[in-house]
Amino acid sequence: MTLDSKIPAGPLSEKWDRHKFNLKLVNPANKRRYDVIIVGTGLAGASAAASLAELGYNVKTFCFQDSPRRAHSIAAQGGINAAKNYRNDGDSVYRLFYDTIKGGDYRAREANVHRLAQVSVNIIDQCVAQGVPFAREYGGLLDNRSFGGAQVSRTFYAKGQTGQQLLLGAYSAMNRMVGSGQIKSYTRHEMLELVMVDGQARGIIARDMVTGEIERHSAHAVVLCTGGYGNVFYLTTYARGSNATAIWRAHKKGAFFGNPCMTQIHPTCIPVSGDHQSKLTLMSESLRNDGRIWVPKQKGDPRPPADIPEDDRDYYLERRYPSFGNLVPRDIASRAAKDMCDKGYGVGKTGLAVYLDFSDAINRLGEKAVEAKYGNLFDMYKQITGDNPYKTPMMIYPAVHYTMGGLWVDYNLMTTIPGLYACGEANFSDHGANRLGASALMQGLADGYFVLPYTIGDYLAGVERKPIANDTPEFMEAEKAVKERLNKLLSIKGKKTVHDFHRELGLIMWNHCGMGRNEQGLKEGIVKMRALREEFWKDLLVPGSDNELNQNLEKAGRVADYLELGELMMVDALERKESCGGHFREEYQTPEGEALRDDDNFAYVAAWEYKGDNQAHQLHKEELEYEFIQRSQRSYK
Amino acid sequence: MSGNMNLTLKVWRQKNASDTGRIETYPAKNISPDMSFLEMLDVVNEDLIKEGKDPIAFDHDCREGICGMCSMYINGRAHGPNKGVTACQLHMRSFKNGDTIIIEPWRAAAFPVLRDLIVDRTALEKIQQAGGFVSVNTGSAPDANAIPVPKWNADEAFNAAACIGCGACVAACKNSSAMLFMSAKVSQYALLPQGKAEAKMRVTNMLKVHDEQGFGACTNTEACEAECPKGISVSNIARMNREYAAAMLAGE
Repeated sequence: MTLDSKIPAGPLSEKWDRHKFNLKLVNPANKRRYDVIIVGTGLAGASAAASLAELGYNVKTFCFQDSPRRAHSIAAQGGINAAKNYRNDGDSVYRLFYDTIKGGDYRAREANVHRLAQVSVNIIDQCVAQGVPFAREYGGLLDNRSFGGAQVSRTFYAKGQTGQQLLLGAYSAMNRMVGSGQIKSYTRHEMLELVMVDGQARGIIARDMVTGEIERHSAHAVVLCTGGYGNVFYLTTYARGSNATAIWRAHKKGAFFGNPCMTQIHPTCIPVSGDHQSKLTLMSESLRNDGRIWVPKQKGDPRPPADIPEDDRDYYLERRYPSFGNLVPRDIASRAAKDMCDKGYGVGKTGLAVYLDFSDAINRLGEKAVEAKYGNLFDMYKQITGDNPYKTPMMIYPAVHYTMGGLWVDYNLMTTIPGLYACGEANFSDHGANRLGASALMQGLADGYFVLPYTIGDYLAGVERKPIANDTPEFMEAEKAVKERLNKLLSIKGKKTVHDFHRELGLIMWNHCGMGRNEQGLKEGIVKMRALREEFWKDLLVPGSDNELNQNLEKAGRVADYLELGELMMVDALERKESCGGHFREEYQTPEGEALRDDDNFAYVAAWEYKGDNQAHQLHKEELEYEFIQRSQRSYK
Repeated sequence: MSGNMNLTLKVWRQKNASDTGRIETYPAKNISPDMSFLEMLDVVNEDLIKEGKDPIAFDHDCREGICGMCSMYINGRAHGPNKGVTACQLHMRSFKNGDTIIIEPWRAAAFPVLRDLIVDRTALEKIQQAGGFVSVNTGSAPDANAIPVPKWNADEAFNAAACIGCGACVAACKNSSAMLFMSAKVSQYALLPQGKAEAKMRVTNMLKVHDEQGFGACTNTEACEAECPKGISVSNIARMNREYAAAMLAGE
């Protein structure tokens, strides 16, 4: 199979408009004869569901939480980028495009990213019209802040709860359509299999998580908006329920997986406090607007941070990257923190932390102004650590936060399975090897509000307008396979809980495929992963049965999938013999320790095809053509 | 580790909606003060599983206080003893060695128990679906800065919109009223020009569904505000009442 990205011809700024004109339309009377399933109700899923329902399609949404509003987009803090240029500071669609491509270390598609920058302005308009209460200035107009990887202020925000407000906006739009009957919302439901009919995606098998009943749902198209797969690492900033099962099931049915090794480690998270820890909490990147990152110049300096004078502090980001300072992109800030800690300059009980200090900002702006901007984040920090960040610097350390990789999609957001789409973090498309801050919200909403509603029609226009039966052999077989798998998980009756396995899996991933990777470590990691997978299927202990609310059974299915996905991530990391963005291969670095790309050999998207259990994946390459931007070594100095 | 605690938990156990349910007692041993409350329950659950018993089912997801999924009564308080904190952000340093902790689900007729500490909050969804939105189709919005909104209004709207929909207000209320929850949404839109066009219809429709779902009337005791983990103000209820009165006078 050859990969066709379907990138339209023509000048960069005209591609999307031309493409929209060339896409086939479904007339309004016919739209009601098409059913669309949307799995996941975060920013991408909720916005897609609302928009498709408004157009007249019959939409069914599925989420594992008790309400679509709880999807983990809710936790995004800092903001959303848009090329509005309301600050008159030199922003433009082209600059947002350029910053995103550069921030992604030249591993994203030009055409996709330009489209993203174009529609970014419509997103802000849409959200304001929905009543999203963005931060405003006294004149009544919208406020902005700056974020990493950019020298303009283009980030719109609602305190440190931007994701919450945007998601509640999309959720409200969805609710309107649920109320009118155009969306049927299935909550506490988990997709456990994709159903294919004649090579096309035609439905899903879902489990009612309250009764345990297995259900068959058919549709003319299926859209996966199920977010990223970072929970492979166990300790992450993801919600505990976030999982890769939907995309991994689709992958095993034929959807290629794009750039699985591309993981984002966020630089500013609250450090691990002990073995009991179940998750890590992010402190928004927006804090780097006013917080300064430093470590003591003297290793193991025993003094409390307030007693360490200026001259004895190393503001290492400002020192190493004077023009971007504390606002370098995430991959660079994370590696720098790891570098300082590895050299012994880390602080705190474990030595795996650096200071994020607000004393300058508090002196300059006053505590009240700082509280207005970041109050909820400071409160959260205090709750978790017991320290007051108004008085003493925060301690932070990098943590897994986002996955740039995901299901491979073409320009229409369709996977390699006809009729199966992936939007938001679930696809691989727009962030290359590193995502810039405040761009995840932008991409999720761009896909759902402004891209998919156009592109899905082009596919549906060619699909026969009759209902899809859900009792055909394809559906019955998929249902049977799901039941067998659940029974298998329950029948092992071993000694180790699913949490035990998840923790071990996370350690393998963090140690072998984390912030720094190398050939030997990855090879060892793959061996360990295979052994752990074997042990899992021999020694897993899941209590209870499948016909009741059973949280351990839910989790066991997810961890079983991570144990396969984790290996593919390491295989991909091994194959990519270069460093780029969040993928840092220790063998490939500049003399200053920066990521060293190899454009001659690795300027491609790695799209992996599943070939069967215990068989090697097959690599397909989508070459990345750079027509409009000259690739260069990234510099933020 | 020094400073670790041994506690006794008294937990509501209920197999499913039709089971009668009962309080069971479990030890929580060697609990670090740095653990979150839910991490403490994780530890207890791991022990239960290994002893061949059923782990305690409880709702949780983000574990950073924003998704609104966690929902439990701890020692007679929604989300536990600390003000402005969800159960997932409550840390064990708020307890001391030897404490007995009583853990129950939200109690409200509109929130049937599904299992142990997990309740069904679909009734809250229904209220939102009746009017918790601005009717604006994707693609039809004017420029975001076309309509200035006074900063005070935007900030107040944000404060109302910060509701996480956990249902603590309902659980804390003697009447199991969802007035605080509903008024937060009504207020958000009442404060913004974008919400004005359908303001009367919104408040009328939402209130109708609120009552149909089995939530009670406001007690005016303000227990809801006291227990809200996000500090949603009861002044939103007053604003909603004004909105409702205006809608009635207009004959909506």
